[in-house]
Amino acid sequence: MMSRNSPDKRLSVAKTYKLYIGGKFPRTESGRTFEARSHSGDLLANLCRASRKDLREAVVVARKAFPGWAKRSGYNRGQILYRIAEMMEGRIDQLANEISSQGVPPKKALKEVETSIERFVYYAGWADKYAQIHSSVNPVSTAHLNFSVPEPMGIVGIIPPNEPSLLGLATLLAPALAGGNVAISLVSETRPLAPATFAEILHSSDVPAGVVNILTGFRKELLPDFSTHMDVNAILAADLSTKERKLTEENSALNLKRVIHLPSKAISATDNPGLSPILSLQETKTTWHPIGT
Amino acid sequence: MAKKHSNKLDFDTGWHYDPAPESPELAKLKDSYDLFIDGKFVKPTSGKYFDTTSPSSQKILAKVAEADKRDVAKAVTAARKAYEGTWSRLRPSERGKYLFRIARVIQERSRELAVTESLDGGKPIRESRDIDLPLVAAHFFYHAGWADKLSYAFPGRKVGPLGVAGQIIPWNFPLLMAAWKIAPALATGNTVVIKPAETTPLTSLKLAEILQEVDLPPGVVNILTGAGSTGECIVRHPDVDKIAFTGSTEVGKLIRKTLAGTDKRLTLELGGKAANIVFEDAALDQAVEGIVNGIFFNQGHVCCAGSRLLVQESISEKLVRKLKDRMETLVVGDPLDKNTDIGAINSKEQLKKIQGYLKVGQREGAEIFQTSCPLPKRGNWCPPTLFLNASQSHRISQEEIFGPVLAIQTFRTVDEAIEKANNTPFGLSGGVWTDKGAKAFHVSERIKAGVVWNNTFNKFDPASPFGGYKESGFGREGGRHGLEAYLNISETGGNR
Repeated sequence: MMSRNSPDKRLSVAKTYKLYIGGKFPRTESGRTFEARSHSGDLLANLCRASRKDLREAVVVARKAFPGWAKRSGYNRGQILYRIAEMMEGRIDQLANEISSQGVPPKKALKEVETSIERFVYYAGWADKYAQIHSSVNPVSTAHLNFSVPEPMGIVGIIPPNEPSLLGLATLLAPALAGGNVAISLVSETRPLAPATFAEILHSSDVPAGVVNILTGFRKELLPDFSTHMDVNAILAADLSTKERKLTEENSALNLKRVIHLPSKAISATDNPGLSPILSLQETKTTWHPIGT
Repeated sequence: MAKKHSNKLDFDTGWHYDPAPESPELAKLKDSYDLFIDGKFVKPTSGKYFDTTSPSSQKILAKVAEADKRDVAKAVTAARKAYEGTWSRLRPSERGKYLFRIARVIQERSRELAVTESLDGGKPIRESRDIDLPLVAAHFFYHAGWADKLSYAFPGRKVGPLGVAGQIIPWNFPLLMAAWKIAPALATGNTVVIKPAETTPLTSLKLAEILQEVDLPPGVVNILTGAGSTGECIVRHPDVDKIAFTGSTEVGKLIRKTLAGTDKRLTLELGGKAANIVFEDAALDQAVEGIVNGIFFNQGHVCCAGSRLLVQESISEKLVRKLKDRMETLVVGDPLDKNTDIGAINSKEQLKKIQGYLKVGQREGAEIFQTSCPLPKRGNWCPPTLFLNASQSHRISQEEIFGPVLAIQTFRTVDEAIEKANNTPFGLSGGVWTDKGAKAFHVSERIKAGVVWNNTFNKFDPASPFGGYKESGFGREGGRHGLEAYLNISETGGNR
């Protein structure tokens, strides 16, 4: 991408990849970068190496965005998820090229983008249904109207696998958003280009600022910051190493953030992962009302 | 105090309550209790026993065995054998029938169990008789019916048991917590190793007798008495598939840390600091009853207690006056006396903790009020207490006291009330008092807590899911939702 064309050809304009925080595309406050290289070793881009401070900034904007997003109707959230799918569809080639530029065979890369789009369509349809299925009016013995409804947990830290990079992000993000949570996602360290571009898709899909925040950087550095942050309510991760999972769960004890770890086969399956990922990021609230005159 | 208001509730003039105690003999206690492993009462490997005493009379009630690592190993082996050999092979409907049987015998022996509960734990007999025991039986009865209907609970998904569940329960509702843990675990096809709290082991041991009485297959439920170290052995045992813990947030966090990186499933039901929010349009006399029930029920030893009162400024003076008057009518004393409203503080240790907070509250600048009710000479007692002018940052507003102590703050707007209610690390319960339906729904929707009571408080039912947000723990107990804690749930594929 950054390589120079021959003199008689047009010089291409390379994109600067940046973070996505609060609906803006800032560089990391740390000024640090890391390189994304092609399979053959060519430099594709310099990416922001996000810092703990970037994460903290993302938590602040995500917390502000949470009540509004949670309050939107399921119907509205579903439309926005579907809009994300529409925007992805229009940029299939770009996303597939970015994935294949980092070593995935083109056909496989295309399939990955298509499956990612399917994820958003699938969870768009869940957004106005899971609450009905998971809710109940409970037949208590006293004269009370007693009912239980799901409520989103709040800020979800998403730690997708390195590969597949875009599909990993889509599989974890779509159920979090459908259920009214806001997210801060770290993205693949080895194939960050398509997930970084995906931020632009979110930006043009009516996703309110701060509802999704995308950080590029190093998992080893940022995972402890995600898992120790006192205002992150849950971590949704896939394919963590045994050591990473233990560390994350240990740190989660600080504020009892919920840790949900999906096996990697749930990520790459063509079948959508079903209702469980949505419910894994919901609390259940039970309300009692007396009935009487 | 008593003479200031002509409309004060007056229960003293012309009326005196004569003592109306249940006889301690009804508890039919043995001198000594062993561990319940593999369907039999067996001596602890170490040969060690500890005393369980009455927090009111201070008398030693019985000697109880102390389980160590070796006993835990025996119990887990028995539970694993029972899981593989009998319980998971039994027809679900037969599993359910055992639970129905347990429910029935609990109903039959409920007076004996209620007296034992009040003797050992200090709660008023009125509560153990009218609340704890009926709920215990109801929990077994409710879950009995689920045993052969689990596929209806999670459409589109496949469910199966986890295996051996390790369960650790607290001292505030000893037998009720045993029921909350054991009934769903058995209904879903798991076997159990459970440890009751050190200070309240007796009703769990009586439950062991009942399990023998109903011929529950050996090893399906194993009951180990002991202290924190016994619980730790259960948590760390490699052949336990699931840990369910009810207790303090501090211990819950330790368990979370201990289980990090393992495949053991975990549910935690921990502390709380619930706010009871009273708006100016509330029915005040009902609200007063709710506040009293919220904080003085079971001496305030309730994780979901309404230990904070947020009252709208315009009615604060009137409400506090009514509340103080009502508090003066509360009878503190012998847990076995049917007139008693507030029994004994469960242990000396807990009393010390509460008294520590009484000092802290005053030192931080809140104004203390305690009722003039005479306290018995022997035993652990704390009069109903409230703190006026508490501020959000006071420790008495932020930390769980687990005693009959209420911290009162005022607010002006709905948003301020919500903000204050949510401003603690906990999220177990909350209360909203208003006569406006729309406002009740608005506020209850915004309280970050697992259970919200509108114009009522501290109501429980086996069909009603219970559990917390944030540092009050995770997982639900009761209702369809509570079954999830004891099941492997997988997507069936279907037309995804």
